[in-house]
Amino acid sequence: MKITQAEVEHVAHLARLELTDEEKETFTGQMDAILAYVEKLNELDTSGIVPTAHAVPMENAFRDDVETPSIGVENALANAPDRVDGFFRVPKVIE
Amino acid sequence: MELFELTIHELHDRLKRKEVSSVEATRSCLDRIEAVEPQVNAFITVTPEEALAAAEAADRRIAVGDMDILTGIPVALKDIFLTRGVRTTCASRILENFVPPYDATSWLKLKERGAVLVGKLNQDEFAMGSSCESSAFGPTRNPWALDRIPGGSSGGSAAAIAAREATATLGTDTGGSIRQPASHCGCVGLKPTYGRVSRYGVIAYASSLDQVGPVARDVADCAAMLGAVAGYDPKDSTSVDLPVPDYGKALAKDLKGVKVGLPREYFIPGLDPDVKKALDEAVDTFRRLGAEFREISLPHTDYAVASYYLIATAEASSNLARYDGVRFGHRAAGAKGLQEMFARSRDEGFGPEVKRRIMLGTYALSSGYYDAYYLKAQRVRTLIMQDFIRAFADVDTILTPVAPTPAFRVGEKTSDPLQMYLSDIFTIPVNLAGTCGISVPAGLSSEGLPIGLQLIGRPFGEETILRAAYAFEQATEWHNHKAQI
Repeated sequence: MKITQAEVEHVAHLARLELTDEEKETFTGQMDAILAYVEKLNELDTSGIVPTAHAVPMENAFRDDVETPSIGVENALANAPDRVDGFFRVPKVIE
Repeated sequence: MELFELTIHELHDRLKRKEVSSVEATRSCLDRIEAVEPQVNAFITVTPEEALAAAEAADRRIAVGDMDILTGIPVALKDIFLTRGVRTTCASRILENFVPPYDATSWLKLKERGAVLVGKLNQDEFAMGSSCESSAFGPTRNPWALDRIPGGSSGGSAAAIAAREATATLGTDTGGSIRQPASHCGCVGLKPTYGRVSRYGVIAYASSLDQVGPVARDVADCAAMLGAVAGYDPKDSTSVDLPVPDYGKALAKDLKGVKVGLPREYFIPGLDPDVKKALDEAVDTFRRLGAEFREISLPHTDYAVASYYLIATAEASSNLARYDGVRFGHRAAGAKGLQEMFARSRDEGFGPEVKRRIMLGTYALSSGYYDAYYLKAQRVRTLIMQDFIRAFADVDTILTPVAPTPAFRVGEKTSDPLQMYLSDIFTIPVNLAGTCGISVPAGLSSEGLPIGLQLIGRPFGEETILRAAYAFEQATEWHNHKAQI
């Protein structure tokens, strides 16, 4: 077993996903198979190989620190599930 | 011939000569959409009123001679492109009613040239899939055989072209999602080099792999679309500041002196016999056009799928963290606290494939596993990139199959995600290497299903692969076959 159901539940919590019991069981089996497959990467000796995070040889994409208009409050709130005045409303954050 | 059957170039000629109007061409596409959509389901949203208004505006421009190749042309966009004021769902329930307040740069560029948007196209949810079956809005069907998948994740784009519902489309490609559906639907799809086209306003799946590209009727149309959307964008810090060539000028009918590599790792014994036959015949065609072949090796090919499914899922788990029900998208009703709101909104809004990939990615990045999985996959990515760098010292382009088989049946691979992932073997390495690839029609299977071939180019070598694809296309009849729908 590459992954147990308990580990799946932990990962689901990290990912903020509330899975049903059925989903937990299915995902455990499927993730187990996939993780077993990706083990094949260990066939390769990658010591000394620099990881590639970015495909193109670029660094430090800067721009001048000049203020430009943003999308504005109304646009920002246009798809809000719940709003009050110029704010997004959410359930209580602090108990 | 109906107006919806014309390519960009054919329609442009008629518009320029004032033989037809953009309104007529747009109406033709909208009628066609209405006629075939019950069978194809390529669209999530059709925008008839906006389209006709845009067509009228295009006609006014054309009347005063203010036009270029894309003015007045009916186009459709994968529903991953933000279109201001037009619902954009990414084929997910979590964005079912999301209306973007801004336009993707690539769409804005088409809009500014007077292209006419007829609608937003179906796809796998959040671009995660190879069959268009994970859409929350039902699968798209392959117009060549309605019991088959069109490919994915840009399944709607390819199906819309095959069914002649739009003159041209844009898709995105992270692991093959433009090239593979183009292959399955008998049209041309191009994934540009990473950084060639702005990703601003494109809903993110895997930020180091995603690229925007055209899915169109033929190579010349692809070249025109690429030229329209390519270029540096200050709003995308990963876009590259290199001049955009006139891709149309690269198209030539011969390949004298072009060195083509055949990677032995791609021509495996298990390759579908119809795919092998199409590729063998293509090699003969290329030889007749003057190309020289070299056998090459891309030794780390076999590790590409594993590397991809760690890198892409890791990046996706981070990118999809924004769907939390706070500022936009689905929010679960009646949540009593913040954590419950997050967890239930996401569980209700995301489909199973998306959840699976978020879970994999989260695991690969989590404490204790990061080095073994994510970092390891990135080191393997370097090895794969080096394979291509070495190969391109000897050859100008690399010829490969696009998919191991022609389009499979709807439902055939949904119970085994790993089987589905393994079918991306020929397209994934190009995304990992960050370079460009094009899929062009190369044959029909014994069951009459399209088979494409892939030409891979050097980074920013789109001109070479367009040239090779064009020469091949013009020397064969495959682009003249069409789905009987």
